[in-house]
Amino acid sequence: MVEKFISRGFKGRARETDTTRRERVPPGQFETNEFPVLSAGPTPRTSLERWDFSIYGDITEDLKWTWNEFQQLPRETVTVDIHCVTKWTKLDTVWTGVSVDTLLDDIDLDAQSDVGYLMAFCDGGYTTNLPLDDVRGGKAWIAFEYNRQPLAPEHGGPARLLVPHLYFWKSAKWVRGFKLVRENRPGFWESAGYHNYGDPWKEQRYAGD
Amino acid sequence: MALQLKWQIGTAVEIRQETPSVKSLIIDLPDWTTHLAGQHVDVRLTAEDGYQAQRSYSIASAPEDKYLMLTVERIGDGEVSPYLTDVLEVGYQVELRGPIGGYFVWNAADMQDNGPPLLLVAGGSGIAPLMAMVRHRANSNRRVPTKLLYSSRSYDDIIYREELDRLVASDSSLRVLHSLTRQQPENWIGYGRRIDREMLAESAWPPDEKPLAYICGPTALVETVANHLLELGYEPERIKTERFGPTGG
Repeated sequence: MVEKFISRGFKGRARETDTTRRERVPPGQFETNEFPVLSAGPTPRTSLERWDFSIYGDITEDLKWTWNEFQQLPRETVTVDIHCVTKWTKLDTVWTGVSVDTLLDDIDLDAQSDVGYLMAFCDGGYTTNLPLDDVRGGKAWIAFEYNRQPLAPEHGGPARLLVPHLYFWKSAKWVRGFKLVRENRPGFWESAGYHNYGDPWKEQRYAGD
Repeated sequence: MALQLKWQIGTAVEIRQETPSVKSLIIDLPDWTTHLAGQHVDVRLTAEDGYQAQRSYSIASAPEDKYLMLTVERIGDGEVSPYLTDVLEVGYQVELRGPIGGYFVWNAADMQDNGPPLLLVAGGSGIAPLMAMVRHRANSNRRVPTKLLYSSRSYDDIIYREELDRLVASDSSLRVLHSLTRQQPENWIGYGRRIDREMLAESAWPPDEKPLAYICGPTALVETVANHLLELGYEPERIKTERFGPTGG
């Protein structure tokens, strides 16, 4: 019914002529060079002395790292494209952090195959849910540097989750740990009308998309 | 499984020039289900060659209003806002879907007359979702004590100025405090600077009244105000923020 709709008089911007670049922008998104800030409440401030990262839940042994312990873990620098559900896409962003694979290394997840999801939790009370498969296999990091500088608080510093293949609300700012769970329950935005999974290439913005 | 938010086609029935750079589009949507004050819609523009561009706009009308109002600031290097403010005319159709967002919302039915007061802080076109709350509050007869602290560049940049004046004149439990950051008219009695800690300490509700705060505007304003409110003793979970970045256009 609405397929043929044309916005009268709309021409739009000059189309990106670089097709390889254009193909990296998912449907409904536009490319920006800026780095907009979005969050639902005030920016929390946690001192590095009090910061830790923990993994607990339906697993036999809990894990916890202090900031200093976390900094001793092997780090990676990755260049990725990020896609915010508010429509901006930013190409070639550079992040440094610890791969989630490294953090999950000590947990025998194959022996607990019914634990298929995680809830990331954060300072400020934010949560977001993800299938474990989406944070394993080199797909997710706990990032503490952006452009090789310490991550600014308004962008999620001291550390945020980075899951670039999903809409950026899944890349939880101020992340403090994962609860590994059997059931996929909705997190903060997932309970407020947003999609439970959030694949930008399928334009899964809102519940029902 | 939730139902998908469907794209709908509405018709612009009125366009108001609010300020030199801001227009309000009043849109008739035959299939609209009601929204909550604070929610937004996605607008999608389609060119003849199939090219599309989408942006989000807050709803400025109250849930009770007959038509949907979107208030759009023209962003110079944007592509959706220049169309909406320069090209779109009354009678044109516009495609959108919504309402979206379940957190930055305010519902008068959840409030008590003598309950905690409401603080609204706006910068520029960030007033739009807060205006939906002010209008909804006026329609509801729920006299939650409310203060709106509203920062604009100049007197002529104040969006909804006359309507706010009228609402204040008829409602002693609503106060609107303006600050003009760049230029103030002669004999201006409001504030004349960016919102700072001193201004909030002086004008905002004291923290022991457990106010509920909504802040909307450019990132710098939202960060500053939220941080100051925290320092003044506001509870973090009672401060809700929404940002209008430069790429909001």
